Amino acid sequence: MNKNIILYAAILIFGVAAPFVFPAFKVQLSILCILIILAITWNVQGGEMGYNTFGNILFYGLGMYLCASVQVGMFFPLAEWTEGGGEKTFVHTPAQFFQGFAVGLAVAAVVPAIIAGLIGYSILGLRGHYFAICTLGLGVAAGEISGGIEIIGAGQGFTTPPFPNVDRLEARGEFFYFCSFIVLVFTFLAVKAIYSTRFKLVLNAIRDNEDKAEAMGIQTMKYKIIGWMISAFFCGLAGGIMGGLVGYIDSTDVAFDGREMGVFMVLMAILGGKGTLWGPVIGATLFHIFKEGFWTFFLGWQYVALGVLIVVIVIYFPEGIMGWLREKYPERFGEVVDEADRKAQVTLK
Amino acid sequence: MLTLQAVLDGLLLGILFALIAYGMALQWGVMNIINIAQGDLVILGGYIAYFMYLYGIHPAWGVIVSPIIMYFVGVIIYKLVINKVVDRDLFISILATFGISILFMQLMNFAFGADVVLANSGYGTTMLFDNSVTLPNSKIFSAFISIVFAIGLVIYMKKSKLGRAIRATAQNARAAKILGVDTEKVYAATFGINAALCGVAGALISITFTIHPYMGLPYTIRSFMIVIVAGLGNLPGVAMSGMGLGVFEEFADYILGTEFRIGSVFLLLVLILVYRRFKLSKKREYLK
Repeated sequence: MNKNIILYAAILIFGVAAPFVFPAFKVQLSILCILIILAITWNVQGGEMGYNTFGNILFYGLGMYLCASVQVGMFFPLAEWTEGGGEKTFVHTPAQFFQGFAVGLAVAAVVPAIIAGLIGYSILGLRGHYFAICTLGLGVAAGEISGGIEIIGAGQGFTTPPFPNVDRLEARGEFFYFCSFIVLVFTFLAVKAIYSTRFKLVLNAIRDNEDKAEAMGIQTMKYKIIGWMISAFFCGLAGGIMGGLVGYIDSTDVAFDGREMGVFMVLMAILGGKGTLWGPVIGATLFHIFKEGFWTFFLGWQYVALGVLIVVIVIYFPEGIMGWLREKYPERFGEVVDEADRKAQVTLK
Repeated sequence: MLTLQAVLDGLLLGILFALIAYGMALQWGVMNIINIAQGDLVILGGYIAYFMYLYGIHPAWGVIVSPIIMYFVGVIIYKLVINKVVDRDLFISILATFGISILFMQLMNFAFGADVVLANSGYGTTMLFDNSVTLPNSKIFSAFISIVFAIGLVIYMKKSKLGRAIRATAQNARAAKILGVDTEKVYAATFGINAALCGVAGALISITFTIHPYMGLPYTIRSFMIVIVAGLGNLPGVAMSGMGLGVFEEFADYILGTEFRIGSVFLLLVLILVYRRFKLSKKREYLK
């Protein structure tokens, strides 16, 4: 237990100090926080519940659009803003900016969760690959449709309110970094708390055998919907912050970017290890380091590398890092290993 | 008359979709794999025909050349990736083929550029009903070729030795293995035939419509949708639901506007799945 507290304290101190120690990497660190949030939320669904989704990008993009729309719409007419060059004619005062951002984030978290609850009953009745393809369809459809809606900028995109002029030059990066870091800590603690309750066991029961879980008297649908709502809540928050950080929202390239973010979150969770608390965190960190460190070497071949990476991870590494560690050191994961039993084990080929 | 135009366009388009869906149903039924890269194979087949057109060969010959090349592409993909995911969880195969899809998309983007292209067949158009309905001859040609290939494949599956082996493997892979069928070879051939069908469809699409490296995913979703509506192994059903989808798309295009066309296809998929789910849940079952 003591070791854990030291570990958490070290991470917390690192997180708080990071933007001052590495001022040049503030944006990268913020994106890392967002990626970890997305991986953790995907894991609630895909790892613990066994409902592999490609559609959490829907909530991420929704959160992004909602946060920016609320932030603008609270003070200025939204239609004129997106008409073109709204950020030049209307200027947020600092107070307006932060007020709008706070309300926007709240909306960006709550509305996707409500939507997840509403569509949950229909969509979560599907299982396995039907669920995966259905959510893939939802994500792409959302991108295509939002690209045709005029008030949120349609095809030409939506410029989020620029950061107001305050005296500190570094203020923008620090603001968004601490936003994402605080949300990350909040997400992690919330998910950790959830994982220590009966709720997680129910999710695992659904993953392992849904029919049996139902036969045992668990109302699986209720738990599945709640699980999805939790995912949607944090995805929306992450999307809202990312919208402000990027500063520009495009329907298919930034918000509902199934080809990047939508795949990244699955990949990160699988790389780290599905169904573990730390797996997605480790997976996302490694993935981000790999991506940022080597992306520039590929120069234009990034997506080729991404495709190869997906295939390699999925085929040769489906259990992820945590799964590999678990196989190697089962004692450290609280599994009781009988020495005689392990020796007697014969690998069947 | 615009209604009639949309219906005829949709029917001719739907036959093409049905051809792609037939490949998907074949490979899904035999190997239990959902191939997300299906659409990208179609687009790759289209580029083969387009290149023949660029080098001065009539693109209609692509219908012969493209499936031959695509067959080998399919076998190579099978040997490199698919044979490692055949017996695994379906989600693994979805994700692996998703990776292939991204890979293909980007490689095609490099090799052929990001422009929307089409291979001009120069077939002219047919006017029907006092010039109120315009049908490009290329569409009629492509529908005809699709039907020829589909019927040819059905006969091949019924009569030939390989076709029988494929059907046996689809019924029970283990029993087929015991009786001396080399299932590994059968799987490779099945994936190759699927890719070849995609090649034919792609060549026809490049003649009739346009192709673009990023246009693959909608074709995958369409064929998936057609297969789940028709059911595996129901060939007339595949043809019918393919044409139905074609007509739906033309009307969506006509009523909602072109910018919502792809979106409506994806939404229709969600709606169909949800409808099926509610219908089955009355019997306390779920889609398997």
